Amino acid sequence: MSNLENFRAEVSDWLEENCPPSMRTPMVEDEVVWGGRNAVYKNPESKIWLDKMGEKGWTAPALPKEYGGGGLNSDEIKILNSELFKIGARPALNSFGIWMLAPVIIEYGNEVQKMEHIPKILKGEIRWCQGYSEPGSGSDLASLSTKAEDMGDHYLVNGQKVWTSYADQADWIFALVRTGPKEPKHSGISFLLIDMANPGVSTKPITLISGKSPFCETFFDNVKVPKENLIGEENQGWTIAKKLLQHERNFISNFGLAAGGGDGSKTKGVVGLAKTYLGEENGKIADLDFRSRVTEHKMKEHSFGLTLQRAGDEGGKASAASSIFKYYGTEHNKNRYELMIEAMGNKGFIWDGDEAESKEKAITRAWLRTKANSIEGGTSEVQLNVIAKRVLDLPA
Amino acid sequence: MKLVLNEELQFLKDTASNFAKDKAPVSHLRKLRDEDHPNSWDEGLWNEMVELGWTSILIPEKYGGSEFGLAGISVVLQELGKTLVPSPLFATGVLGVTLINQMGSEPQKERLLGKILEGKLTTALAIDEGSHHEPANTELTAKKNNDGWVLNGEKVFVIDGSSADLLIVIARTSGNKGDTQGLSAFIVDPSSKGINRRKVPTADSRNYANISFEDVTISAEEILGEVDGASDQIQKVLDFGRIAMSAEMLGNTEEAFAITLNYLKERKQFGVLIGSFQALQHRAAKMFCEIELTKSAVIAAMHAADENSNELERLSSLAKFQAGTTLHTVSNESIQMHGGIGVTDEYDIGFYLKRARVAEQIFGSSTYHKARYADISGY
Repeated sequence: MSNLENFRAEVSDWLEENCPPSMRTPMVEDEVVWGGRNAVYKNPESKIWLDKMGEKGWTAPALPKEYGGGGLNSDEIKILNSELFKIGARPALNSFGIWMLAPVIIEYGNEVQKMEHIPKILKGEIRWCQGYSEPGSGSDLASLSTKAEDMGDHYLVNGQKVWTSYADQADWIFALVRTGPKEPKHSGISFLLIDMANPGVSTKPITLISGKSPFCETFFDNVKVPKENLIGEENQGWTIAKKLLQHERNFISNFGLAAGGGDGSKTKGVVGLAKTYLGEENGKIADLDFRSRVTEHKMKEHSFGLTLQRAGDEGGKASAASSIFKYYGTEHNKNRYELMIEAMGNKGFIWDGDEAESKEKAITRAWLRTKANSIEGGTSEVQLNVIAKRVLDLPA
Repeated sequence: MKLVLNEELQFLKDTASNFAKDKAPVSHLRKLRDEDHPNSWDEGLWNEMVELGWTSILIPEKYGGSEFGLAGISVVLQELGKTLVPSPLFATGVLGVTLINQMGSEPQKERLLGKILEGKLTTALAIDEGSHHEPANTELTAKKNNDGWVLNGEKVFVIDGSSADLLIVIARTSGNKGDTQGLSAFIVDPSSKGINRRKVPTADSRNYANISFEDVTISAEEILGEVDGASDQIQKVLDFGRIAMSAEMLGNTEEAFAITLNYLKERKQFGVLIGSFQALQHRAAKMFCEIELTKSAVIAAMHAADENSNELERLSSLAKFQAGTTLHTVSNESIQMHGGIGVTDEYDIGFYLKRARVAEQIFGSSTYHKARYADISGY
């Protein structure tokens, strides 16, 4: 057996032994694990699964072992993912810390910061949120005004962030703050880690059109932050901020791929919904116009998936690639939910009550949630600007 | 399956790229068109392609070929597509070789593959009969007689049909129009009695013919494969053709887009470069995304062909659909973004539009392949 085949056998054996039975069933919304100090594990097996995966370093298989990652190469990661997929394993941990922060701490942080923060992220001990946007700084992020004043041994932070995902449940926040008020706007920004248990930090949830509150406003009122929490150099935060945005776009772009392959025959993707609600004729979606539009959607998804794979196979990801994926993936995901609720007809907009099943109502809410996909992490229009200028080199 | 090109493929691609730029820029096609060249392709240029070994790419080593596979010939066609180079490479090097290699008997392979490799034989596949590609609609009949077969019927839109030394004709040997089964392939000498070939002038200035067959008799050993055997086997040959054509269309698309981007960076109006306008920038960026998706679909499909993947049919339809829809958009936008100069004959960009619409129809339009993909996927 080759090394990779050996590895596949090891992974398979380990999963057989360590993945609890209920963790091999489809995820239920209130059992999603985000970790952190305040986490509540409704299903105790979720916690067992998190701890097992965390010990193994497989919550972040690509990160180095010395910081608690899995230290796997890309071929091994593919194998791990395919074995997890095979048994229908739930994700052990959802984490902005893993998706966005850990890679930039590894790139820009010092050794003390790496040892202090990364293992806690990967084990799900500390839950992070992202402090970027402000009420006056959306697409024009670099105009942000939350300030951090140098008080000798610490910074004094004052200001407000908005669209902080799950700030009300997070333990720490990574924030962009202005440390150089007199510098040009891109050159006066620093990247700061702030413990939200500090006095002066408060949060307030924002209710969205979906009726849910995944985002908050976050307020800083004379918050003292130790200087060792600065990542990289003072006033050099914009470079780190952009790098982190690439990681954010990469994970948001995965929304473009339907969960579980979504082939329709087995899973209730858009094809399955169409057959259920619009009917079948000889095994085909009966409404031929809808069938045609769904097919086009699925073909785009297939090509998009192949493009993500190709970007991985080509190795060095160009920085602009993340903009392509972010733009395409989020627009595609919005389209998917439009098709789903259209397929469901008058079952597609039931808000509450007992006249629709909970999974139907969940699709309605999710449809509304997708509208933010092409806004958060940089709007589609901003992504198109990035592609035009950085990839196509079109004039300003 | 890794969606990248290995060193050999990259080398082939680079060679073809230099060849297209040096020997056959768009002015080459323009010249053939202006002089109303009888073949619509240049014999000297074709001989150079043969010298470079491109006719041998799909031929097995056993018959002297290089076995670089469909990926090999696809990357060559992609580069030739960038300057719209007309040549028998698609009809002969892809279709002819694949038909003979996948369906032919040992003596047929011995007799024909070597000649193709040496550039001494060009072929054409006569399959379509109606205004749209649909092999099941074949009505041209082949009836058995004492000495062999008698063909009667009409073929249209036969690529290189007026220049080819040999025709491979798909005929109905049983069943009726609309049946997917009952088809056979025949090797036919175009100078046979009863054949009338008419070259059809097309917008893309390439070689196509409509061909009538009236009591054309051919000997028994000129059947390619089994009686009724083409019904299933022809799809694999067509899929090879569709993928190679998708690669050529990707090349058309990439170059039309590159020419247009350059124009956006040099044309000034209102005192500024028009490429600075966000209305044009966003359209260009969206086209770029579609081109990236097309590249991925084409690479996946050509590797699937060479790896005998059971995903071949689905990926072939994906590639042809993706290449067709992307080229459609990019060829239209290229004209629009050029403004007035884009609709002049003097400027090259119009050649890309005219080639685009023809290529989109070859072996199934985007609509055809969308329907095929849906059927294969069980939607």
